[in-house]
Amino acid sequence: MAGRGAVQLWIGAGLSGFFCLAGLLSLVWTPYDVTVLDIGNKLAPPSAEHLLGTDHLGRDMLSMIMAGARTSIAVALVAVGIGIGLGVPLGLWAAARKGSLTDEIVMRGNDLVFAFPSLVIAILITAVFGPSAVNAIIAIGIFNIPVFARVARGAALTLWTQDFILAARVAGKKSARISVEHILPNIANLLIVQGTIQFSLGILAEAGLSYVGLGTQPPTPSWGRMLADAQTFFYGNPSLAILPGLAIVLTVLGLNLMGDGLRDALDPRLQRSIR
Amino acid sequence: MAMADTASPQAEQGLQLDKLSLAIHGTQILQDVSLTIAPGQILGLVGESGSGKSLTAFSVARLLPEGSVTSGQVTLDGTDLTALSEADMCALRGLRLSMIFQEPMTALNPVKTIGDQVAETLLIHRAANRRQAYARAADLLARVGLDPERIPPGRYPHELSGGQRQRVCIAMAIALQPQLLIADEPTTALDVTTQARILALLRDLVREEGMACLLITHDLAVVSQLADRIAVMQKGQIVEAGPTGQVISKREHPYTRALFAASAHQPRRAAAATQAPLLEVREARRDYRLPRASLWQAPGHLRAVDGVSFTLRKGESLGLVGESGCGKSTLSRAILGLEPLQAGTIALEGAPVAPEMGADLRGRMQVVFQDPYASFNPRHRVARILSEPFYLTGRPPDAEQRIAAALEAVEMSASDGLKYPHEFSGGQRQRIAIARALITRPDLIVLDEAVSALDVSVRATVLDLLAGLQERFGLSYLFISHDLTVVQAITDRVLVMQKGRIVEEGPTRAVFEAPRHAYTQALLAAAPRLVEDA
Amino acid sequence: MGYILSRLISLVVSLAAASVVIFAAVEVVPGDPAAFMLGLNASEDTIAALRAELGLDGSVLERYVGWVGGMLTGDFGTSYTYRVPVADLVSQRIVVSLPLAGYALLLSTLLAVPAGLVAAAWRGRAPDYGIMAASQLGIAVPNFWFAMLLVLAFAITWKIFPAGGFPGWEAGFWAGMRALTLPAIALALPQAAILARVLRSALIEQTGQDYIRTARAKGLSSGAALRRHGLRNAMIPVLTILGLQFSFLLAGAIIIENVFFLPGLGRLIFQGITQRDLVVVESVTMLLVCAVIVVTFLVDIAYALVDPRLRRR
Repeated sequence: MAGRGAVQLWIGAGLSGFFCLAGLLSLVWTPYDVTVLDIGNKLAPPSAEHLLGTDHLGRDMLSMIMAGARTSIAVALVAVGIGIGLGVPLGLWAAARKGSLTDEIVMRGNDLVFAFPSLVIAILITAVFGPSAVNAIIAIGIFNIPVFARVARGAALTLWTQDFILAARVAGKKSARISVEHILPNIANLLIVQGTIQFSLGILAEAGLSYVGLGTQPPTPSWGRMLADAQTFFYGNPSLAILPGLAIVLTVLGLNLMGDGLRDALDPRLQRSIR
Repeated sequence: MAMADTASPQAEQGLQLDKLSLAIHGTQILQDVSLTIAPGQILGLVGESGSGKSLTAFSVARLLPEGSVTSGQVTLDGTDLTALSEADMCALRGLRLSMIFQEPMTALNPVKTIGDQVAETLLIHRAANRRQAYARAADLLARVGLDPERIPPGRYPHELSGGQRQRVCIAMAIALQPQLLIADEPTTALDVTTQARILALLRDLVREEGMACLLITHDLAVVSQLADRIAVMQKGQIVEAGPTGQVISKREHPYTRALFAASAHQPRRAAAATQAPLLEVREARRDYRLPRASLWQAPGHLRAVDGVSFTLRKGESLGLVGESGCGKSTLSRAILGLEPLQAGTIALEGAPVAPEMGADLRGRMQVVFQDPYASFNPRHRVARILSEPFYLTGRPPDAEQRIAAALEAVEMSASDGLKYPHEFSGGQRQRIAIARALITRPDLIVLDEAVSALDVSVRATVLDLLAGLQERFGLSYLFISHDLTVVQAITDRVLVMQKGRIVEEGPTRAVFEAPRHAYTQALLAAAPRLVEDA
Repeated sequence: MGYILSRLISLVVSLAAASVVIFAAVEVVPGDPAAFMLGLNASEDTIAALRAELGLDGSVLERYVGWVGGMLTGDFGTSYTYRVPVADLVSQRIVVSLPLAGYALLLSTLLAVPAGLVAAAWRGRAPDYGIMAASQLGIAVPNFWFAMLLVLAFAITWKIFPAGGFPGWEAGFWAGMRALTLPAIALALPQAAILARVLRSALIEQTGQDYIRTARAKGLSSGAALRRHGLRNAMIPVLTILGLQFSFLLAGAIIIENVFFLPGLGRLIFQGITQRDLVVVESVTMLLVCAVIVVTFLVDIAYALVDPRLRRR
């Protein structure tokens, strides 16, 4: 029902918005400077000075989570941007030339990329260029390209069979113009929904890559790095691992809820079939 | 069977609806519908879209969407269906009551063989063991006219044509000799010649098996030929019912009169055709590449249009008739310069028509499509939709006035330009599509099944509009349709197309009165006609 | 037959393309792989020796053909750091990685299929909401973090399972399985959540199909119509997801092996990276990608078994 979708949408937007804002805020202000170590005050429990305690180097956990949000979200967002920026035009192009060699090459290229999980891409890049946050962005971004290409092509193909596209062709419009003017606005909903899904997957992937040392490098804080650092200490101090993990879970959960809510809100076909 | 012979209408036999009402989520859909069908009889339930005729059928079978509330009685051979539990209804559906639906293309499960699907009816109701059921299924498929040599029971639905699939559906429905057969627009998705054969099959089966048959259709001609009794439905109510001949000759209710008038409607047309040629098609040929059958074989070709030649004169309305797959849509796309020809030429007043032709030439031809729901970008307002063809001419300074004028020409108001397409009914959308075609002041409008999706009453008004516009603007029409009555009503000359070729050409009246080619004769014979004096 | 042949050709083409990509990334992009592997302080002589050992003196094409030819005959090269054939390393490690992936896939399917069926059957009611909420959470949890929580709970607090390491299958089947259980659970849970959702929506999509209505008109109850006619059609999207999941399981396993210190292929790759052992990285990556491509091929074949429209005579 529409009401349930709306509730999902708002809870999801609230959760993910909260962490995005925290990340934005960390650009100008954090309770403590995360580049300053305070070894004497390491592994402190939560207190009035440090609301979430401190880590093994005495850095304020709240500040670390805020700064980590900035990195994790930025990496995932840029990767989604790469996916949309390259994948959508490729998908639209392939759909406009359905059955042609172009279409075939784009789709086979997609299949090929799908055979390389983003972790494998990251491994290859790291093996050659060494680890960095840019690696993570490229690895996740490359994996996003075929995802968006496929969604865009699939949706565009059904639209290309519709009469209003034929009418535009009768009006002399070429396929590039039709793709931008008629196809893109009608598949925007789907792309937005897919975008939130890939955004959340990107956060998970960034965490994984940074956790194994293929992504964000110290001293830049990221949620995945914090978990990697916590591994040696968390038997005694479980909160070091639990807090950044919770931040990931809540952000991803929020994005997924938002994606589901958006899908319900934007897809009229779905509204009809839900009773 | 034997029951049919003793068909003196005993109250207990056949189907009776008594004051059946239906509301879905509080909206009243059906009101006090009462009907009787005797065994071996066909009742034709006619009405326009949204009149509630299909939901009447689903109420009888109790296959209604959630949130439905019914009242009244439905009695089948003495059993009150409304009193049965869902489990009892399951035991009854397929055994004593069965259904055939409109869309044979999607009505069958794509991953099971047709034999399996027919045998399933028998197996569900434990009427046979597995081996017997498959043997019986093979018999049934032969019975409905599927030659076991060519279409054995091991085939999958995607290997069959629409008409063949509908035959499979019929075989499933009659497998257990039910007392009631509900056929919901069973031939609407089929070609006329296929339709005639399927209808004949249905009629014979009803007579032989002594079933009561509820035939739901929007087509008056179909019921007039097939039904023993007619019930006319409007807005969820039966407005008139009786023996077929009586309803057709008396037409007591005004709605019945309007419906009959609309379906036989002939728009008043001024003969404006000149001798000057406008569009000349010479030996046009269009091939499609088929997907390779196997990797090593060269891909085959389908010749969709095969050496077609004709001339469309200025001010003329030319009909192009043929069944689905005959190549008429391909031809129309070539005429609009959307697809290239492999051989031959198309010229508009001497200027060659091809995909690379100039904008000014393109602007002289416009098109109206069949589906009023798919014809517009749902995200654009009507004014923007209408101005799309200005891409060809450049947006003129008086664009606003011309959009308003086009809307007024199709009897809509200029303020409708601010609305979105979903705010309009099917008939209004088709008017908007016509307005879009008028905006570049073209010489030729291709009407590709432009009235086929409309209800008869709406269709009549759109035909009037088209006739009026032709006179007012001196337009030429190429009117593509599978519907012979419509072509007869609005064209001066007609082309008959079969398998990519024009097999007959001539003045509409002459072709309809004395068809020369065997295919035209078959088409005309198959087309359902309103039997006026039964 | 034509369909299987065309998939087979596509399999070979994909494998060839993937091998070119990996070869180019590892052997061509860095310039001189030998210098790269030895680092900045290596002398000219040692680099030259390594170049000769790796056969880097030939042209790019010769080296590519040599590498692919070697892979095809089971010769994956010799690890520079371990000084043993990579094939030996792989065969030691694969007996950990493969059972782990299989174990996880089994757990995930056992969890997801009943959950998806129940949710679809009770859709819009309490069991559906419960399962869907749980699956939302399952998708949002990073598997390596979940692994850490599992260790905290079942290895440290309640000492039921070991916190990491692998005793080797020599220690007995059950000892091995015990060591793999927590990693398999950590891998399986997020995958199960995705699979359950896909299965549920595929089944619900089926309820609106015309042929389900036909089946209802034959006398099947709504549940029976869905079971007999919907399930097989719903398998098509589920198969797609199962295929995709394999590649995620593989990637996930690389990380999970690190959490639990399992001596699998993932650990081998990481050791290869840290020690700049390009021979190991190149061959093991190719092996992983190869596995994904072969699974995709198997899924395509499974489509044809489910859907007769893909079978051409």
